[in-house]
Amino acid sequence: MSSTLSTPRAAATPVVLSLPRAILWLASAAFAAVALYYFVGVDQGATSVFGNDAHIHEFVHDARHFLGFPCH
Amino acid sequence: MERQLLARGALVGIVAGLVAFVFARVLAEPLIDRAVDYESARDDAQAALDRAAGLPVEHEHADIFSRGIQANLGIGVGVVLFGLAMGTLFAVAYAVCLGRVGGVRPRSLSLLLAAGGFVGVYLVPFLKYPANPPSIGHEDTIQQRSALYLVMVLVATFGLVVAAAVGQQLAPRLGTWNATVVTVLGYLVVIGVVMAVLPSTGELGANVREYGRHATETPQPLRDGGGRIVFPGFPADDMFAFRLYSVGAQLLLWTVLGVGFAPLAERVLRRGGAAPTAPVSVSAR
Ligand SMILES: [Zn+2]
Repeated sequence: MSSTLSTPRAAATPVVLSLPRAILWLASAAFAAVALYYFVGVDQGATSVFGNDAHIHEFVHDARHFLGFPCH
Repeated sequence: MERQLLARGALVGIVAGLVAFVFARVLAEPLIDRAVDYESARDDAQAALDRAAGLPVEHEHADIFSRGIQANLGIGVGVVLFGLAMGTLFAVAYAVCLGRVGGVRPRSLSLLLAAGGFVGVYLVPFLKYPANPPSIGHEDTIQQRSALYLVMVLVATFGLVVAAAVGQQLAPRLGTWNATVVTVLGYLVVIGVVMAVLPSTGELGANVREYGRHATETPQPLRDGGGRIVFPGFPADDMFAFRLYSVGAQLLLWTVLGVGFAPLAERVLRRGGAAPTAPVSVSAR
């Protein structure tokens, strides 16, 4: 633990990602992942993006129950 | 480098989802089938009671997908996509935390984040609103139940982020051990208060009006006009097994994510110029 570089924290190792530079990729990936989470677990139950239709809900129905989302 | 980490996260997420799917297909599907059978038998019994009482009987609508598709393809696609989503979010969190969370090694960071994902995204919400097999839950409360569940997920996950930040602030003053104990206790207290304040599913207005006061929406026994039980309540053993397997599948999924991502991330980082055995960050403060 203590065998770390002894420079102040501002000069951390080169693996610290520069967030301003990576922000676009990280933000879009996070957005896509949350959208996926929403479609697998929530859509066409309480709310529905594609209107009054239950195809997604019915298709992933068993997964929805098993992954812990409210259903039925 | 962030793109490499994201790609690895997505890949490991898919693998984790596949492992969880096999687990679900073998252990959970028989239970889901039993729950669906229970539901239709209960509906038949309810219809017979209604008919005997001269009430209008509801007609069942046809399923869009057969049980065969739901139980094999549907659950597979659902669980794998969930794994992909969690693997991607996991990689985002990893990229953000890298070098910013004290002297945590790249591999340990992977395990810690996976543990956090399991606790925040699944386990804590599960403790308040546990996974239910089909046939449990009323249609008229789905909106409230979904909202409550998502609130639990948000509070549990965001709470972990806050706890980690607070813990890091306290560590130099209290030492790592004490800071961890204080932070964990604080997290538990906050989560406990939120759980106590949020209603249980049985306490939702629509349920109390229609079914009376119950803790949950688990189907109670059906009684005829004379109060005799004509159809049993939902089998407790099936419910326990389903919930146990649900926890097991998530534990498996997050373990595969954490353990699988660790060496891949380390390889990416090594190429990025970090010494493989040195902690990624500087804790000199
Ligand atoms: Zn359902």
